[in-house]
Amino acid sequence: MSGLVSIAELAQLRDATQSSVHTGLETTPTIIVGMGTCGIAAGADKVWAALQQGLAQRNLDVPLKGVGCIGICVKEPLVDIQLPGKPRVTYANVKPEMAARLIEEHLVNGQPVKAWMLGQMDDRGPGKAQAEPLYPGVAFYSKQVRIALRNCGLIDPEKIEEYLARDGYQALGKALAEMEPDDVIAEMKDSGLRGRGGAGFLTGLKWELCRRSRGGPKYVICNADEGDPGAFMDRSILEGDPHSVLEGMTIAGYAIGAAAGYIYCRAEYPLAIQRLKTAIRQAHELGLLGQNILGSGFSYEIYLKEGAGAFVCGEETALMASIEGRRGEPKPKPPFPAVSGLWAKPSNVNNVKSYGMVPQIILNGADWFAGIGTPKSPGTAIFALTGKIKNTGLIEVPMGITLREIIYDIGGGLPKGKRFKAVQTGGPLGGCLPESALDTPVDFDSLIQAGAVMGSGGMIVVDHDTCMVEFAKYFLQFASDESCGKCVPCRIGGQRLLEVLTRIAEGRGTLQDLDEIEYISRNMKEASLCALGQLTPGPVLAALRFFRQEYEAHIVDKFCPAGVCIGLFAFEINDDCKGCGLCVKACPQEAITGGKKEKHVIDQVACIQCGSCFDVCRLDGVSIIPLSEVVKQAAAN
Amino acid sequence: MSDDQHTFDLAPLERILKEYAGQKGAVIPILQQVQDAYGYLPREILVEISKRAGIPITQLIGVVTFYAQFHLTRRGRHLIRICDGTACHVRGAPEAVKAIETSLSVPAGGTSPDFKYTLEVVYCLGSCGLAPVAVVDDQVHGRLTPETMVESLRQLD
Repeated sequence: MSGLVSIAELAQLRDATQSSVHTGLETTPTIIVGMGTCGIAAGADKVWAALQQGLAQRNLDVPLKGVGCIGICVKEPLVDIQLPGKPRVTYANVKPEMAARLIEEHLVNGQPVKAWMLGQMDDRGPGKAQAEPLYPGVAFYSKQVRIALRNCGLIDPEKIEEYLARDGYQALGKALAEMEPDDVIAEMKDSGLRGRGGAGFLTGLKWELCRRSRGGPKYVICNADEGDPGAFMDRSILEGDPHSVLEGMTIAGYAIGAAAGYIYCRAEYPLAIQRLKTAIRQAHELGLLGQNILGSGFSYEIYLKEGAGAFVCGEETALMASIEGRRGEPKPKPPFPAVSGLWAKPSNVNNVKSYGMVPQIILNGADWFAGIGTPKSPGTAIFALTGKIKNTGLIEVPMGITLREIIYDIGGGLPKGKRFKAVQTGGPLGGCLPESALDTPVDFDSLIQAGAVMGSGGMIVVDHDTCMVEFAKYFLQFASDESCGKCVPCRIGGQRLLEVLTRIAEGRGTLQDLDEIEYISRNMKEASLCALGQLTPGPVLAALRFFRQEYEAHIVDKFCPAGVCIGLFAFEINDDCKGCGLCVKACPQEAITGGKKEKHVIDQVACIQCGSCFDVCRLDGVSIIPLSEVVKQAAAN
Repeated sequence: MSDDQHTFDLAPLERILKEYAGQKGAVIPILQQVQDAYGYLPREILVEISKRAGIPITQLIGVVTFYAQFHLTRRGRHLIRICDGTACHVRGAPEAVKAIETSLSVPAGGTSPDFKYTLEVVYCLGSCGLAPVAVVDDQVHGRLTPETMVESLRQLD
């Protein structure tokens, strides 16, 4: 393909690619393998090799296509078989040894292997009503509406033609041909899109502020420094549909009047970086980046910058310092980036997901987007659903859905019959919510009101095996490790909070410590330079608000009810024990004794509280008790 | 340190500096590429970068020590990055770390005496659905147990 010189040519190319590569319209059979980072981690590359070998053995000339993440991580590796005129069938948890049968029965004989099927994809192509689930009948997809994820897992992210076939770059064409920059901004403002990085500022308004700023050149920056533990939304989009981000950034550049865009991607995402590089090169070759894009007179470049491993660089001023080649330390705001950003020029920083939604908003209109979700938080939210949940994966849901629907209807609840304890949203700078908050609608304002935050999209579910003191301590450890050290409240406050939490977790805490936590937290929130320090106390404050009795148990009773904090609990075999002997075999200390079908006993002196017996018991025959009980019992004997 | 007697081939450095000559804000990409070429950032090389690119050594050290990615000491042949992000943490990553530390005599954050392994505990590799996860020499291993982890590491040469 050579460079496109006009918008008419872009439309022609779309029509040409549609008939050749659009899913569902294939004229030849195709095998599709999910080759995102998580797919590969689950063994997709081995499955790929087995399929390749199987096809070669039978001399079949069937294309193997690699795609990004379709979201349902728990079912990886995923393989799809697409026969002409038939729905695309997806197979779950595919192993290399399953390749031969899939080829034989489905590809050659046209009989899908029902036992291994996840479902049939109902992809009606671009322009389909977004509310249709991607896999009818599969609970994980039941309540999802895919806007930013619309192409993830469907197209080969390394082929620009596949993006074009699904209306790719049509929004850019529309903006350049039919809209003035102010029209684009008005459309974005009308859509009500709020920044998906977590803070929820109106994207259109941010663009307008940058457009109105004096001076130049102006810059568009994509924050792809996704550092929250438990979050992989941005990675999946960059790996699965990199062109959507480039298109969104280019539209932003046109609206703002910028000459260049920068993507700041964390170095821990090598595949995302590689795919972005490929995508930028392809967009250049087609004339969708560079000089005089589509003959419109608008010129624009996008550069890729790799991070170097610093969580604080997800903060916009620190991110810009890092692009400039300096230590990634934040600066006080104002001035805001829209006035003085990268190299002190007006700059617009948005998250990957925000840019990914822009083309769809421009193409389908502000009203369409505003009609999804809630009036104050229109559109969809993307979450990485992880932790103690059956269906781990990446989901996109309309704002306003409840936590309960996400966790139980989409996520399938907790595995092994465990009971829900809390859900952490917003990562290490967010907060946790208890069971009583499960009916909270998921949107920017409701979550804050409930005591958590939207954040950039990590959602971690924990059960009663998680200790809320240790959980908060873990987040504090993370945040204080990642504090850049520039401002005192964050640098010292984080350490002091961590010390208090460590004391409590070790059974040396006092009730005054709870006041101490609140005192330090208040000062950090008010006095820290950037969001990292301001939000570091979030998880511990939320935990204290909803699980205060657990903190008090650690302090007053010297008891960790979850059985996590070493020295604050013991295991005891209770009357539910049927004497099966599983725990005897599991104990690394040989501390458990007892005859067959008799209640077993733990030797408390030999026990190291490793929890093996607790985990292995199928009858809830092992209880967690305060260590003081053991001491009392020993004294009584 | 034995590094002091080491003499380094400067050809890769020259190639990298030439590639970025005159570019704004190129300090981090230069350091990244130099570290790729030499395995870490030896003092002599940093001094050379400073001289040749006209960047004060204090600024270079400031950047190097700020970012977790940069290393000033020699690393093991195999890099094990084990994730202790939230999802991995609740799914047993600490046990896997302990097992590797004791079985392969490599401390977390350190390098084994024979320079075979370097073990890093990192926060979130972004594959939480497969927790616990480790990356060994850029290969991702998911759903691991302490036993499978140690076994696959022993098999590296």
